[in-house]
Amino acid sequence: MALRLPFAALVCLRYLREGRMQTVLILAGVTGGVAVIIFLTTLISQLQASIIDRTLGSQAHIVLKPPLLANRTLLPPGSTAAIVQPRAQRLRSIDQWEAVAQLASQTNGVLAVSPKLSGAAFAARADASQAITLLGVDAQAYQRIVQMPKYLRLGRFDVSGANAVIGVELAKDLGVTVGDKLRLIAMDGRNDLATIAGIFDIGNRDLNKRWVYTSIKLAQSLLDLPGGITEIDLRVMDLFQAETTARQLAAQTGLVADSWMQTNAQLLTALNSQSMSNNLIRFFVTVIVAVGIASVLVVSVVQKQKEIGILRAMGASPRRIMAVFLLQGGIYGGVGSALGVGLSLALLQFFSRITRNADGSLLVSPELDLSVVLGACALALLVGLLAAALPARRAARLDPVQAIRV
Amino acid sequence: MDTIVELKQIRKRYGEGTPVEAEVLHGIDLKISGGEFAALTGPSGSGKSTLLNIIGLLERASGGQLLIDGRDTADLDDATITTLRGRSIGFIFQFHHLLPGFTALENVMMPSIIDANWPTAKAQDQALRLLDQVGLKDAAYKRPAQLSGGMQQRVAIARALSLSPRLILADEPTGNLDSHSANDIFELLQAVNQQQHSACLIVTHDARLAARCQRQIQIEDGQLLAQTS
Repeated sequence: MALRLPFAALVCLRYLREGRMQTVLILAGVTGGVAVIIFLTTLISQLQASIIDRTLGSQAHIVLKPPLLANRTLLPPGSTAAIVQPRAQRLRSIDQWEAVAQLASQTNGVLAVSPKLSGAAFAARADASQAITLLGVDAQAYQRIVQMPKYLRLGRFDVSGANAVIGVELAKDLGVTVGDKLRLIAMDGRNDLATIAGIFDIGNRDLNKRWVYTSIKLAQSLLDLPGGITEIDLRVMDLFQAETTARQLAAQTGLVADSWMQTNAQLLTALNSQSMSNNLIRFFVTVIVAVGIASVLVVSVVQKQKEIGILRAMGASPRRIMAVFLLQGGIYGGVGSALGVGLSLALLQFFSRITRNADGSLLVSPELDLSVVLGACALALLVGLLAAALPARRAARLDPVQAIRV
Repeated sequence: MDTIVELKQIRKRYGEGTPVEAEVLHGIDLKISGGEFAALTGPSGSGKSTLLNIIGLLERASGGQLLIDGRDTADLDDATITTLRGRSIGFIFQFHHLLPGFTALENVMMPSIIDANWPTAKAQDQALRLLDQVGLKDAAYKRPAQLSGGMQQRVAIARALSLSPRLILADEPTGNLDSHSANDIFELLQAVNQQQHSACLIVTHDARLAARCQRQIQIEDGQLLAQTS
């Protein structure tokens, strides 16, 4: 029975029922606001995650490389050279690369380390040849950096012995498939025959045409870098800490450390802009919801002025009058949140049905992120209470004599 | 008889410290005892309503002493004043001032709900008994808008009696009613006063009703004139 409710809850619910049109409209506003916040945040975070996954899925988060060779100027003291010509960069190994790899793997936040040998070469079959980037990797270590099985279209990621894994575009250009032979020719003419063990599609036409994976040993032999490694690839736990970790490793090793944030600065700017847009939308929606709740309650306090006076005359304390209106704000926020969650889920399901990636996979997963949902609900509840605070305070401070006279 | 309300040199000034400062009550001395049925009369602007508000703890006096059941109210904080007002004083207004969103029963129960010390079942039984006493048991579940003016004022009387207050203050309770209904309400108040042995102070402009009260208190320009019994 409603009468069993405490005073504030009873009066609040009755006021909500009395002004049911106002209640429905403001609840619709809060519901819409919460749904927009949850839907947009989920959508943008999923799209961002997808973009990051597609972009960074095929590359290391941090790449350690030897420092650039620079010309040393040997001039007498007090004199300066007018021009110092930049030095051509030959293929060089990282000094003590095993120790560097060990240090990197022990660095806080680094999840995986994979040595790599990378250099220019040609791939040839019969009369056809293509310029390629030869990548000598340890298959097991490299798959902790780039999940190659995910990108394989044919065969397997097996670079043991004389096996090679090539991209779909190169396979098309050379007219080869899994099991076929391919000649790999270094710039100085060294060459070797490799068997194609797998064909990948990494989602980038240029890389599909240039990248050829082999074992480190085969690459060292072809590129004439025995025992050498030209890069160390790293994967980190927190993507957005990559630059900090890179700077730390650069300082510790004296190597060049490029993080994905440097090499994909435009992507990072785009992601930040997207996040900023989302935050602005969330801010304005929150302000609009807060203004909506506050205006409805201000009107309600004015409308109920006389009743508030009577309740005060009957012994209701200012705090209990305040509680009536704070509770109204809380109910607007709470019920609006619950309905908003439902609406956002419906919107996500609808959106995921009508939009697909080019490969037919889901662009957006119709699942809500619990932290986003709880965050939006907490925000709506807080906004409801804060928006109600001013009208509630005004109601509590009404002089009963003046209120009854109105 | 036991004194329920005692006023000693009560003064009320508005706009204190401003150029429009005005004293509307000039040292009122008054005692009202249990079982008394008193009428407070006077011309408009004489200070009747201000005096009623001060006695009803809705306003604080600027000077003097107000004792309720022998307790000086000057030093009480707002929370205690609010509780004392809810438990000891029942208000009846000219325009009934029932809560439109609540039924007659809920309106009568409201002081008990506010008091929070009353179990719901007990508060409901008491409210139904009071509605029966004012002849409105059948209208318990009707909203104020479904009742006539006289019935609404009866509900307001039942509400004022809800916590069995020691003092009932009625501000022109019959001012908005036809003569027949006004007479009914007046007799009802008299009956309640006799049954509950509470003190009842009625502000009225109606000389005939005032004459029927046990005691008539006249106020003019903020001062009490002759009191007759």
